[in-house]
Amino acid sequence: MYHKSTGYRVFSAFNHLFLITLSLLCILPLMHVLAVSFSGKSAATANIVNLWPVDFTLESYEKTINNPAFIRALFYSVYRTVLGTALGMAVIVFAGYALSKRNAAFKSRNVYMWFFVFTMLFSGGLVPGYILITELHLINTIWALILPSALSVYNMILLMNFFRTIPAELEEAALIDGAGLFRILFSIHLPVSMPALATITLFTLVGHWNSWFDGLIYMMDTKKYPLATFLQTVVVQQDFSKMSLNPQDMENLSQRTVKAAQIFIGALPILLVYPFLQKYFVKGIVLGAVKE
Amino acid sequence: MKSGLQAQAATPSAINRKSKWIRGLTKTWPLHLLILPAAVIAIVFHYLPIMGLVMAFQDYKPWLGFFKSDWVGFKHFESLFLFDESVQVIWNTLIISVLKIVFGLFVPICIALLLNEIRKTGIKRSVQTLVYLPHFLSWVILGGILIDLLSVKGGLVNRMLTDWFGIAPIFFLGDGDWFRFVIVVSDIWKEFGFAMIIYLAAIAGVNPALYEAAEVDGATRFQQTMNVTLPVMLPIIVVVATLQLGNVLNAGFDQIFNLYNPLVYDKGDIIDTFVYRSAMLKGDFSFATAVGLFKSIISFVLIIVSYRLAYRFGNYRIF
Repeated sequence: MYHKSTGYRVFSAFNHLFLITLSLLCILPLMHVLAVSFSGKSAATANIVNLWPVDFTLESYEKTINNPAFIRALFYSVYRTVLGTALGMAVIVFAGYALSKRNAAFKSRNVYMWFFVFTMLFSGGLVPGYILITELHLINTIWALILPSALSVYNMILLMNFFRTIPAELEEAALIDGAGLFRILFSIHLPVSMPALATITLFTLVGHWNSWFDGLIYMMDTKKYPLATFLQTVVVQQDFSKMSLNPQDMENLSQRTVKAAQIFIGALPILLVYPFLQKYFVKGIVLGAVKE
Repeated sequence: MKSGLQAQAATPSAINRKSKWIRGLTKTWPLHLLILPAAVIAIVFHYLPIMGLVMAFQDYKPWLGFFKSDWVGFKHFESLFLFDESVQVIWNTLIISVLKIVFGLFVPICIALLLNEIRKTGIKRSVQTLVYLPHFLSWVILGGILIDLLSVKGGLVNRMLTDWFGIAPIFFLGDGDWFRFVIVVSDIWKEFGFAMIIYLAAIAGVNPALYEAAEVDGATRFQQTMNVTLPVMLPIIVVVATLQLGNVLNAGFDQIFNLYNPLVYDKGDIIDTFVYRSAMLKGDFSFATAVGLFKSIISFVLIIVSYRLAYRFGNYRIF
């Protein structure tokens, strides 16, 4: 047995050490930010904070929560995430269900498939998309953040492939019992596909929460920035020119501990859904890669 | 009467075909209806902008629109190759993306193989939980963190380098070569865990009897890895590698946009960031569209080629 050889034991010890270090490296940056956010202003400026708060205080979180611009952005993010995910899921559930029918039963299926797949392969790009949103008068509306991304063809195909693994006998039995198309979708396909639906819903939620570029170009009114865009402008680019802020908030925003607190709050929802996400996405990924 | 019968007899197949099509539609219209919302979104938000690409051949002025703006042929495409700046941008894109693709392929495979050697499921699962996490954080969050960590003035990384190794602070995000290094390393750091999932699934599918047989033949663990595990993983490695071909012009807009600054434009500016600045900051809509179209067309060809290759060598299908 190779497990017992000295050489393998030495390797195994180093391997454990290496992998544990590597995985700690993946969360240390986040822990450092957390430590800075809970540290005192002077300790952070003096660069003595490592992975544990120095002069523990909640001051930076107080300042963040008392900044109306931050709170407004936070709520706008929640709004776009909920609405966007609901709409996006409805679109792909219906289309994915119809496209899961066999070619024999649904002759136009192939045409639709190529029509949708083409959108993944080629796109008009930044400028025509921007002009379209302008021409449709969607600038400064929530729809500019929701409609262009409402159809995820990739997720639709993922869901369709999952629906296709449902045995045809189930559907035939329901048909004989007189169930219609919608009845079959809601009482067979959806309940059976809960793991796939959960994965895709969580992916869509995370995608909306993290999305920042659309807010940057489609929102002229900075009061309608989602949180990710707000963080991008204020924390990453340090651009206060577009924001109408009072001098006190402006000073707070450039403080290192306050920046850290804002970054952490921005990451928090992802950290909260991560345990649920992890439960499903491994299956989802493998499902997407392996097809019948 | 007679002529009417004749006329009817002349086109029975056409009538049949038409009525068949209508009969098909009466049966399948609910399916078409279910697809309608998705189809409308695809037409409005994907196909209409593709038509808008005509502006790459115009001098588009927003107040003139598509119909009144002047046509200029391939002028913008010519200037793309005439300006030193845009040629440099294409090179930067290629260098950064190729480095990302090569290391992004190699690193997850190695880590997956190393992780496979850990027997205790508790440790294995904890490692997986931690390394998958960065994938889900956006480049805005990670950009904010990295700018703080890599700061010359007392960032954690520079402090560690100085305290432990006595190295003078490095201007990671202000020096072009260091910037590329940071871009590639941080991208691998964010994505290697997630990219590993697919390889771990392949490793889990190896038939244990193969290892037993190798053991009987006196193979060391390293030999088993090279001769049993890797060959089983090979098809999926080939598929992943070929599908990456379509990403050769994608150097990672989100990441670069959140980390770069004018100091590193010469080595860190890529096609997508260049398009953004040309369009949104300079208002040079047509030129930006032409650059974007150039990228889209090349990417499209590469994706088609990569799908064909993946189908041929890995039996991979999109649907």
